Amino acid sequence: MNGPLSVATIIAALVLALWCLLRSSRNRPPSRFDLAATAALGVLVIVLVVVAVVGLFDGSRPAETGTFVGYLITTVAFAPVAIYLARLEPTRWGSLILGVACLVIPVLVLRLQQIASVTTGV
Amino acid sequence: MSDSPAPAADRPADAALRTGFGRLLLFVYGIFALAASARALVQIITHFSEAPLAYLLSGVAGLVYIAATVGLAIGGAKGRRIALTSCSVELIGVLVVGTLSIADVGAFPDDTVWSRYGSGYGYVPLVLPFFGLWWLWHHRPSKD
Repeated sequence: MNGPLSVATIIAALVLALWCLLRSSRNRPPSRFDLAATAALGVLVIVLVVVAVVGLFDGSRPAETGTFVGYLITTVAFAPVAIYLARLEPTRWGSLILGVACLVIPVLVLRLQQIASVTTGV
Repeated sequence: MSDSPAPAADRPADAALRTGFGRLLLFVYGIFALAASARALVQIITHFSEAPLAYLLSGVAGLVYIAATVGLAIGGAKGRRIALTSCSVELIGVLVVGTLSIADVGAFPDDTVWSRYGSGYGYVPLVLPFFGLWWLWHHRPSKD
């Protein structure tokens, strides 16, 4: 959970968040590029979560496995829900929805790392 | 964030409560509905006896966020009333619980969404009801 993949996801999400906030502040609706970039981030998150799920069958489980799994599901669902809502809202607020989602994803990844570290001690 | 409402051109005055800024609110309320109720559920199932008051409050907070989300989602007069009630309850809740959690640490041995004015959630729980109430006020039905 602490690998370069997490770091890459967090950085990508923060960069994209900055971009979407900028777009929103300039009164721009989400473009195809914005939606595609968020989708790509979503794919990165899926890979991260698959790695984490595989890790669950590796012996050392987090102390709060239920919470961990809950966070995994939430994390995966984030980008698709944001894209869905952003497409319904072709205004600056759509861009802001993408921006907010991209800000929350790093928090979720950090929380996942926190929960995972309680048992594994990494 | 400079939150000037979108120009009238791309947002008709009679547009639904759930569009524009409302859709963003809906998204954020949805996140908190999930975060608060999932947290409460885990706390109540796994170690309810440790801090019953805090966990029950977590549960109530979760329900309030769910109500606000539903209110914003369905819109109309009914949705507006639901959202107005839940945003008000939420504002009172975060202020009362936030104050109590600082004044009387013993009553809140474990955190809730509203503890210390929601500091565990970037103070978003404190700011959110203001945005919610502002949006509902801004979007009140006109007389004509």
